[in-house]
Amino acid sequence: MAKITFPVEASHIMMFARAVGDTNPVYHDAAAAKDTEAGGIIAPPSFPQAVAQFDPEYHLRPKPGQKWFGSAKGPSGIEGKPASSGGLHAEQHFEYHRHIRPGDVLTVETKPGKVWEKESKRAGKLTFRERVTEYRDQNGELVITARGVGVTTERPVDQG
Amino acid sequence: MALKASALKVGDTHSERVVENLSRTQIVQYAGASGDYNPLHSDEVYTTQVAGYPSVFAHGMLTMGLTGKMLTNYVGDGTLTKFGVRFTNQVWPGDTLDSKATVEAIREEGGQHFVDLALSTTNQDGKEVVSGSATARIDP
Repeated sequence: MAKITFPVEASHIMMFARAVGDTNPVYHDAAAAKDTEAGGIIAPPSFPQAVAQFDPEYHLRPKPGQKWFGSAKGPSGIEGKPASSGGLHAEQHFEYHRHIRPGDVLTVETKPGKVWEKESKRAGKLTFRERVTEYRDQNGELVITARGVGVTTERPVDQG
Repeated sequence: MALKASALKVGDTHSERVVENLSRTQIVQYAGASGDYNPLHSDEVYTTQVAGYPSVFAHGMLTMGLTGKMLTNYVGDGTLTKFGVRFTNQVWPGDTLDSKATVEAIREEGGQHFVDLALSTTNQDGKEVVSGSATARIDP
């Protein structure tokens, strides 16, 4: 997978913190953040996942001129979509070597990891796929290591 | 403020209500901020008619973010060294979530003190939606 350049911006951190309902000034107020133990604005701990914004190929963002699988005139913009409910997020792990700050320009590289299967009563055959992502800063230093696990279900998860 | 090893003991807990009556709009807000526009989270027509779910549901990463808010309120800013979760049940519009951290270990490594925490986020029915763990640097 190609490397992605992820410029970390203060406004993006502010919007992300708002979306998770976190009013901590360390995520939006530079003056207040200066007096905290972080010494300035930092990103919330799950922010690294927002690298999706900078992935030109990201499949969960509509792109001009390409068919989108969500609804428009009909329930899906793609005909003959397979019955699969698509992928769900099963696990996410972050290891912080330091916390990222506005002004960091991260280079992000994801590599596929293990693949395994499991039978489930609620959703049929489950296929798990691991992805390991490294975030390096403008000096080449490793800042964050992330490990995500996605799961594809045979059918929608039974809510019973 | 960072936690202090001398003031902590195994079994200590910290909990917070991290969202009350989760709105579809907050889920859309998370889609916009994170860049994950999967229609399962914002498109009721697609999600009910094509994907076969009773309604849209929250991104797992939104629930991780909500859990992270409780966590950083407890351990302080910029002190986390590890944070990991498993998504054990889906989170739906209207859910109210409580997140809890429980001290599992207090240890020292190379002169630095750390706390290891077990994390759990549950919904209004007591069903766990996220289970996880975290490690943070703490003061002596």
